[in-house]
Amino acid sequence: MTITDEELAEQRAGLDAVRVPSRLRVVAGRFFASSQGRAGFALLALMFLLAFAGPCLGRWSYTDKDFTAFLRAPSAEHWWGTLQTGADVYAVTLRGMRRSLVVGLLAAVVGTALAAVVGAFAGYFLGWTDRALTWVTDLLLVLPAFLVLAIMSPLFAGGQWPLFVLVLALFLWMVTSKIVRSMTVSLKEREFIQAARFMGVPPVKIIFRHVIPNMSSLLVVDATLNVSAAILTETSLSYFGFGIQPPDVSLGSLIADGAKTAVYAPWTFWFCAGLLIVTVLAVNLVGDSLRDAFDPTARKGRQ
Amino acid sequence: MSERGECPAGAPSRDGHVLRPEPPERAGGARGPRASERAERERRPGRPGAAVRAEPVLRVSDLDVTFGSGTGAVRAVRGVSYEVRPGEVLGIVGESGSGKSVTSLAVMGLLPPHARVTGSVRLTGHEILGAPEKTLAAFRGKTISMVFQDPLSALTPVYRVGDQIAEAVRIHRRVSGEQAARRAVDLLDLVGIPDPARRARAFPHEFSGGMRQRVMIAMAIANDPDVIICDEPTTALDVTIQAQVLEVLKRARRETGAAIVMITHDLGVVAGIADRVLVMYAGRAVEVGPVDEVYYRSRMPYTLGLLGSIPRLDVGGRRPLVPIGGNPPSPAALPPGCPFEPRCPMAVPRCAEAEPPLEEVDAPGHLAACVRAGEIEAGGSPPARVQRAETGGRTAGPAAAPERPARPARDGREVVLAVKDLVKHHPLMKGTLFRRRVGTVRAVDGVSFDVREGETLGLVGESGCGKTTALMEILELARPQGGTITVLGRDTSALGARERMAVRRDMQVVFQDPLASLDPRMTVYDILAEPLRTHGTGDPGPRIRDLLRLVGLDPGHAARYPQDFSGGQRQRVGIARALALEPRLVVLDEPVSALDVSIQAGVINLLEGLKSRLGLSYLFVAHDLAVVRHIADRVAVMYLGRIAETGPVDRVYDSPAHPYTRALLSAIPLPDPERERARRRVLLEGDLPSPADPPSGCRFRTRCPLFKTLDESGRRRCADEEPQVRPFGEDHGVSCHFAERLNVV
Amino acid sequence: MATDSGRMTAKGGAMAGFLLRRLLNCLVLVVVATSLAYLLAASALNPRSNYEGRNPPIPPAVVDARLTELNLNDRVPLFERYLTWGRDVLRGDFGKTVAGEPVGDDLGRRAGVTLRLITVGLVLGSLAGVLVGACAAVRQYGTFDRLSTGASFAVLAVPTVVLANILIIAAVSFNELVGAQVLLVSGETTPGLEGGFPARLVDRLQHLILPTLSLSLGLIAVYSRYQRNMMLDVLGADFVRTALAKGLRRRTALARHALRTALIPAVTYFAFTFGALLVGTTFTEKIFGWHGMGEWLVDSISTNDVNTVAAISCFAAFAVLVASLASDLLHAALDPRVRVG
Repeated sequence: MTITDEELAEQRAGLDAVRVPSRLRVVAGRFFASSQGRAGFALLALMFLLAFAGPCLGRWSYTDKDFTAFLRAPSAEHWWGTLQTGADVYAVTLRGMRRSLVVGLLAAVVGTALAAVVGAFAGYFLGWTDRALTWVTDLLLVLPAFLVLAIMSPLFAGGQWPLFVLVLALFLWMVTSKIVRSMTVSLKEREFIQAARFMGVPPVKIIFRHVIPNMSSLLVVDATLNVSAAILTETSLSYFGFGIQPPDVSLGSLIADGAKTAVYAPWTFWFCAGLLIVTVLAVNLVGDSLRDAFDPTARKGRQ
Repeated sequence: MSERGECPAGAPSRDGHVLRPEPPERAGGARGPRASERAERERRPGRPGAAVRAEPVLRVSDLDVTFGSGTGAVRAVRGVSYEVRPGEVLGIVGESGSGKSVTSLAVMGLLPPHARVTGSVRLTGHEILGAPEKTLAAFRGKTISMVFQDPLSALTPVYRVGDQIAEAVRIHRRVSGEQAARRAVDLLDLVGIPDPARRARAFPHEFSGGMRQRVMIAMAIANDPDVIICDEPTTALDVTIQAQVLEVLKRARRETGAAIVMITHDLGVVAGIADRVLVMYAGRAVEVGPVDEVYYRSRMPYTLGLLGSIPRLDVGGRRPLVPIGGNPPSPAALPPGCPFEPRCPMAVPRCAEAEPPLEEVDAPGHLAACVRAGEIEAGGSPPARVQRAETGGRTAGPAAAPERPARPARDGREVVLAVKDLVKHHPLMKGTLFRRRVGTVRAVDGVSFDVREGETLGLVGESGCGKTTALMEILELARPQGGTITVLGRDTSALGARERMAVRRDMQVVFQDPLASLDPRMTVYDILAEPLRTHGTGDPGPRIRDLLRLVGLDPGHAARYPQDFSGGQRQRVGIARALALEPRLVVLDEPVSALDVSIQAGVINLLEGLKSRLGLSYLFVAHDLAVVRHIADRVAVMYLGRIAETGPVDRVYDSPAHPYTRALLSAIPLPDPERERARRRVLLEGDLPSPADPPSGCRFRTRCPLFKTLDESGRRRCADEEPQVRPFGEDHGVSCHFAERLNVV
Repeated sequence: MATDSGRMTAKGGAMAGFLLRRLLNCLVLVVVATSLAYLLAASALNPRSNYEGRNPPIPPAVVDARLTELNLNDRVPLFERYLTWGRDVLRGDFGKTVAGEPVGDDLGRRAGVTLRLITVGLVLGSLAGVLVGACAAVRQYGTFDRLSTGASFAVLAVPTVVLANILIIAAVSFNELVGAQVLLVSGETTPGLEGGFPARLVDRLQHLILPTLSLSLGLIAVYSRYQRNMMLDVLGADFVRTALAKGLRRRTALARHALRTALIPAVTYFAFTFGALLVGTTFTEKIFGWHGMGEWLVDSISTNDVNTVAAISCFAAFAVLVASLASDLLHAALDPRVRVG
């Protein structure tokens, strides 16, 4: 059984093409096998569809104000009613949701990436690198995130929401980073890392080639759960007017306004609150099912 | 050496098939020489208390355990039946996944609820399978008790050990707390825990592994049970501790008169303790019988294969190991016929048709599940020879029967690794929360040895002796804390970055756990390509193909992930990676200890074959002295960070000069019931002292049997003066002041 | 014996040294965090704007003088203000609020309010959560497990701001339905209430119910998930099997061996939550009108109150560090494996 190089390469490429997604497929298979995962995924997909395609269906834009209809109940004209300002609830809610989703996703990805890098470096090099990075982590844990974000809120006005995302991410990574650090410390003792080290592979390469990929399941799950944390933080900040600044809207600012009129105009509150709840629920369900899918041994007794 | 050394251990003993009226009884003490063996056997007295014809205390019949349901159902245990009588020891042996542990958990009723158990388990005449919890709880711990494998996790971490034993007492007896506590102390004393009253107040994590296992035994015998099930009770322990624990078990049986069901994968342990043996394979009993019958007149090719594949401590020279080809079947996908058929060298077409029943062969009480059991019995086909011929062609490949090439004398060969006075101390940290330094672990404290071109040095010792630390220090290629390491003529303390890379190329490592040493997220291709790329090979493809073939793997499997391979295959990948850069020195850290015996032999043969073909030198670190005897040319025995003895393998094994080496060798059970009964054990007392606080002078003196026989001045010398390794005959070194007196003891 | 006691003293010394180092590290963290917060607040907040747009306009000189008096004048270089503030803080004086009152007085009062708010909620929430989680784990995938899992997912998806508002809406409807003000939605007490101790107590309870619910619902959800996972980890442990093999009934074995071990992380987490909540009940306080630390935090930023912001940061940093220290000590007390010695 002799194969030429080309054949081997071909076979390898061919098999790789099947094999590499095959792990993904296993995880995806387990994920979609659970009803919780299916429900979460469907809900989340629906939310995204609504946030990004929904506005095209509506007749009103989120900047429009209908001066003939202030605080009207849902009707054919305004599907979800109007606000006190005459803005169409459907249009502004979807706009706010889009903003919340984007902010949440970006902040979570940035935060998790930061956590992975800081934690892995601290755990791999230990010594002074570890002490310095751990100290910074502790400092950020000790600083009240809400306060810093609130103080900095004027900077986010005028379409500077990417800056808001960055600052939000800056307060999302510490706990994960501590987990990543301790995992790295134990991973470092694992024999395949030792083998790479004794082979002469440079440390930074080991971190990015062996350490971080081997925590990918933790990181993916964590990123997912960070999405809901980021969305909740963003909403809460915006509720007090510290987050997304007008004229942009977010679910938080809408809920803040809606809460005042909720008792006699429920549509101003329940649509945005409901969508927020459904979104966070969907993200959490997806995250939890992902955890199970990545690590089926974590929960015993499942058949 | 006895004559038995000449015939492979698994082969039916040629002295024929003696029909014996009853199962042989184990007798304690030394046995007569082999010449009078037959006569001896007839005369052997029954053990007192072992009522041979008594009713069985535990009778298991047709036990079936299934996990899951529908197409995903896994039948872990399939129709197992056995019985044990009072005072009898039944050994259940099998490899991992053979269902031996599941069987015992099913008997105790401790399987998780999603396991379906059918059949019958009768304990002192009561059916307990499917009994209500109340009934079961009344039996558990009182009539039947259990000792688990891992003593680390089997005790509740937050309660004191004395309280945990007292709890076991109070569940079944109406006694006051004080009485129970006193009984707990008595039990701790019985299982040999020094200062029991004080130690009863300790928490489990403050105990060593052997101590914890003693606590488990104390708990198991707290209520004088009729049956004790021991599930791999010594697997996690070092050999000298294993010997102690087995001794405690024997004492426990004497005290309680209980029957013992001993589950283990170690054929040596069973040979020493069991009266009868049950061999399990793929969830079934494939051979049952009195221990001598099964070991000397095996009727099942699997048993034969197992016995033939273990390296023997007591056999010098190079008896090539006979691996069993292939891998144990997955319990989820069993072949239709005999489950061993795909691996069996004696398989005939009818083996694949239906699973053979477990039937009595012509010795009483001896049952085997093989359609050719009769032929094996009649001696028609000498099975071991069949096995060897078959498997040699099937798996061993490059490893087939390595001839030892004629080599220049040791002094004439180049030194590839020289370690001189190596010291590695590291801080002893305590507390996971308030981490602080409480002392210094003198893990390696002045160790010297060298490896010459083309030879294998076995570095052996129990856990905590510093062998792995020494190995890591060598692999770091950095300046050691003390002493020098010279790899291929280059001193590691004077290496520049470029030179270090060059040395790394020539020195490679194979680790213990094949799964842990391969990145699970990389394909085998990428794993093998990593060293090549790191050292600047542009296209690793052809080399990888060669490497896979070299270690007996299919090059087409390069695109698979490590998880897709079996343990033995993974270790072959690990070996291939170590060989990728054509090193001259390979450091092997327990390379076969994570593998099942039937797989282990193949990897050992591979390593031997590669060494002679590629002219490698090995530093072979292991705790298994039998494996080392088989593979190494020279051996260095370590104890508490120091070398106790070093020399050529046969010399050290046949006439050990250090009392520690002697104790270590005598602690290892042999897979040979007769010899095992005939042996005199040197039992060491106590645990390994802490390497943070080693005894003054000779580190072994606190446990040394020789030390006890010395007079005052001799003892003072041992306590004051640390012995250095001194020449003791040709090429043999020993660090004992009184090595000459050892034979007198 | 002699060596033993010697070792003990050495151990004690090492222990003290360790604690001292840890405390020192904490102190540095507090100082840096507080300073950072001060500098950030002093440069980003604009107390001058508080005096702008008044009618009649306040003369700039008066504003300047007032701001300088409060050490809030943005015309004074930032570093100089920081030094002035730092000197005062070292003497235990956190400066004055924009209204001119000492920050320290407010701090004590508001911390008290928050403490009264969170104690009941936290105890209730964690106890109930642990119970729910443990029961759910014991019968994994049973009805109770599924229900509690679903409920906690739902609760966790509801942000406090929404939950609090929903509670208020529900309470208003409930009061209308009953026709009496049973559930009071704002403040800690009814101002100017006449009556004896029982009446005042009932009034306090009426005020307490909603914020406590808003706090503890989330905590129950968090703790039940947490405890469920801890319990599941322990349920499969060998020592539970050992306990069964001794002859203990399942229920007893679970309570005595599994729950006791699985409780350790929850208790540790309890201390940590306590510290985090001291400044973290912003939404509950703000929405239910309790004048505690959280509300103060939001108000101080809205009123550009630099000194207060710095004081709150300092308090928050202390709270978090003390809580984490306390949780470590609790862990050591409960878990012999972690205990020193």
